Amino acid sequence: MNRKLWFALNSVFIFGLLLAGWQIGVVALKVPAYILPGPDVVAKAVVTHLAALVQSLLLTAEAAAMGLAGSIVVGVLVSLMFAQWRWLRKLLFPYTILLQTVPIVAIAPLIIMWAGAGVYSVALITFIICLAPIIANTTQGLISVDENLVHLFVMHNASPLQVLFKLRLPHAMPSFFVGIRISAGIAVIGAIVGELFAGSNRVGEGGLGYTITYASSQLETDFLFALVFAATVLGFVFFFIGMFLEWYFLHNWHESSRSDVAE
Amino acid sequence: MIPRDKPSGSIENSAAQQEVVLSGVSKKFRRGSLALKDISMHVDKREFVSLLGPSGCGKSTLLRLVSGLTTATEGTVSVMGKSPAEVREQVSFIFQDATLLPWRTVEQNVGLGLELEHEKQATRKEKVAKMLELVGLTAVAERYPRQLSGGMKMRVSIARALASRPSMLLLDEPFAALDEMSRDRLNEELLRLYSEQQWTVMFVTHSVAEAVFLSTRIVILAPHPGRIAHVVPIDLPWPRTAETRLTMAYEEQVARVSRMLRSVQNASQNDFAGEAEQGGGA
Repeated sequence: MNRKLWFALNSVFIFGLLLAGWQIGVVALKVPAYILPGPDVVAKAVVTHLAALVQSLLLTAEAAAMGLAGSIVVGVLVSLMFAQWRWLRKLLFPYTILLQTVPIVAIAPLIIMWAGAGVYSVALITFIICLAPIIANTTQGLISVDENLVHLFVMHNASPLQVLFKLRLPHAMPSFFVGIRISAGIAVIGAIVGELFAGSNRVGEGGLGYTITYASSQLETDFLFALVFAATVLGFVFFFIGMFLEWYFLHNWHESSRSDVAE
Repeated sequence: MIPRDKPSGSIENSAAQQEVVLSGVSKKFRRGSLALKDISMHVDKREFVSLLGPSGCGKSTLLRLVSGLTTATEGTVSVMGKSPAEVREQVSFIFQDATLLPWRTVEQNVGLGLELEHEKQATRKEKVAKMLELVGLTAVAERYPRQLSGGMKMRVSIARALASRPSMLLLDEPFAALDEMSRDRLNEELLRLYSEQQWTVMFVTHSVAEAVFLSTRIVILAPHPGRIAHVVPIDLPWPRTAETRLTMAYEEQVARVSRMLRSVQNASQNDFAGEAEQGGGA
């Protein structure tokens, strides 16, 4: 407890130190606010643009959540098929790597062109970049079951469905959550990249990505910083929700999720 | 002196009492190496037979053939007069590691077999409680495997195997990963259960002391390819307890079996040298 408090206080202290260094640097070097605003100016921008900020944040969160949820559903289904049929896995698994290596920035304009602007295109872009980590990790978890555990089930005349639901799926949970954690971290990035291109189908209203392009074109650097700050917070929230779910489902039995969070 | 009459199990009995019969069994692995060559042996009802031998002698493969987890390339394996896969409900297999499901509590792990066999929950709970009592784990029923020591995990594994009331037990080096003290204690408990439950047991091990202590008969296998080298009846008196290990008779048997095992090992090393020479030519 005391150790944890000590670490918490120190992180806050380091954060304060960084802010102070930033403020002093900006003032001492007389950096103009449109190039690098000080933290005080950014804080003021957060307050004045609060309504717009929250609205953008919620739009991005919605698109990111939709894309992530879709990637989880589709990813798990694909993983189940990959685990069930080896030949299918051998045939198609390389394409999931392709999914991960394709530069999303390059295909985002294409997707907007095909699917039109708006939240669904943004969700689709998020979906694409979140899918590969879910598939790769969940599949790995499903197929890496100890051979003797499978033998144990065979010795009890277990049906294939029993092997799936009582052995493979629970065994895959830790790997599945690793996938969720990775995807939750990049979901917000995916949504923002999508919004840079997809923008909005309503004038003056859009997610963080859209508002970032707007703020930078208007040289409202303080607002831009406030938006970056909001995006970071949103990414953190997504990541934290993933971590929490992992802890909630696994803390009883799995080593990796003990003591890191909460406990 | 020590009575020399053999325990009933090891006497050549009529076919009706032969629980496991292997005749002319060979097993070739997919890569072409011969794991077992022309094995013929039988295990009588209520016998405790240990399979002993250097690594590579195919003792685990032999056990897997009897369990039906793998099939023979040549020859036949019959268990209780049927094919191994047909009598699985009556056979329990205990692996080298405890093979517990980490997401289940001790209680849920012990109940796994019953659950897979669609036992009703009420009777399942009752049976599981009985098994936990039998292996002395009632106090940790709610714990998860990661909270248990190696010996306790093995006990859970044994309780799970016993829960479905098998008439035959197959054990594949179950105590190999344990320290000597836990191993001795579990051996004693296994024998206590063996005399209560009237199983037929096949036990794979590489420990001579363990094999002598537990068995009515030891089958020593030689490697490359796996074949039967010696069959040694162990005529130590029953019941065997921790005291048994302190007797002269026990030590004599351990020494005798050790010598046999060593001669098998030496012979196989000579084989190796021969093979290497031949390999150079080929």
